[in-house]
Amino acid sequence: MMDAADMQDPLYAAEVWLAEGRGVALATVIETWGSAPRPVGSHLAIDSDGNFMGSVSGGCVEGAVISEAGEVIATGEPRILEFGVADETTWRVGLSCGGRIRVALERLG
Amino acid sequence: MRTDLLHAINRARANRRAIATLTPIGKDTAQVFQENDRPEGALGEALATAFRSGKPGMIELGGEAHFLNVYLPPARIVVIGAVHISQALAPMARLAGYDLTVIDPRTAFATGERFEGVDLVADWPEDALKQRPLDTYTAVAAVTHDPKIDDFPIAEALKTGCFYVGALGSRKTHAKRVERLVAQGFSDAEIARISAPIGLDIGAASPAEIAVAVLADIIRAYRRRALSGGAE
Repeated sequence: MMDAADMQDPLYAAEVWLAEGRGVALATVIETWGSAPRPVGSHLAIDSDGNFMGSVSGGCVEGAVISEAGEVIATGEPRILEFGVADETTWRVGLSCGGRIRVALERLG
Repeated sequence: MRTDLLHAINRARANRRAIATLTPIGKDTAQVFQENDRPEGALGEALATAFRSGKPGMIELGGEAHFLNVYLPPARIVVIGAVHISQALAPMARLAGYDLTVIDPRTAFATGERFEGVDLVADWPEDALKQRPLDTYTAVAAVTHDPKIDDFPIAEALKTGCFYVGALGSRKTHAKRVERLVAQGFSDAEIARISAPIGLDIGAASPAEIAVAVLADIIRAYRRRALSGGAE
């Protein structure tokens, strides 16, 4: 049974959205360098209206991933995105300047 | 990824089973693997490592880069006995990132006041475990000293392949327990899986120190576990 907490899980949300007939894309962190905000394997699910659940960063690159997701949902062509994590997202001076993440983005269904 | 694969992943997670996906980079042709799937060669080794560590990552297969993602159920500790040790173990387990449930049919012990904020079931293990069965990602620590309460969940944990089975009690108490388990048909190898006396040998004396020893024992068993038997 799914409850409200389950709906915050990107993979459960994606399944529910698909069942409702929405277009859905799934972003997955596949590689990180330096200090990245979310570990490898983290998911962000996005629907065709730009609703999203989960995260691939601390909120810094989600906007860019969501805007790419629209095209991935439309074309069905998976993409690999790369982001440098900006210094202002780091916790402490000198900890993770130059952190980078690689995100795979694919259409579900 | 196809809808049926997404469904398989979610079903495995909901049922506390491990599952992994393998996707060639830049493609959406994922394959799904269950914990007991053991393909030949490099993939089989990568899967074994991923299922043990829970760490996803990139792997090279046939000259092509792939992403191997793995979903492990969160490790859970079922404590039989709402005793002083359990009161200390509950917050420690939470800090260490383990789910924890305390089961004790003795309502004088299993009170909300003694276990505030803890998942507590004031029922016999026979009934409590029917509602929420054990699995290989669960540790069982039986700490009541009372065979009427401890014996059933210990036997269930051995049958299920729980990654840890620990039982409190002196060597004499354990010797009698072993006799009862032998009478039930458990093999020496199965019985040897029970950590008894419970906990790492750190000379623990107080209930809180024993809780540290038990938690450390559980962590060691979890991080070094073999696959699908649950045994170390």
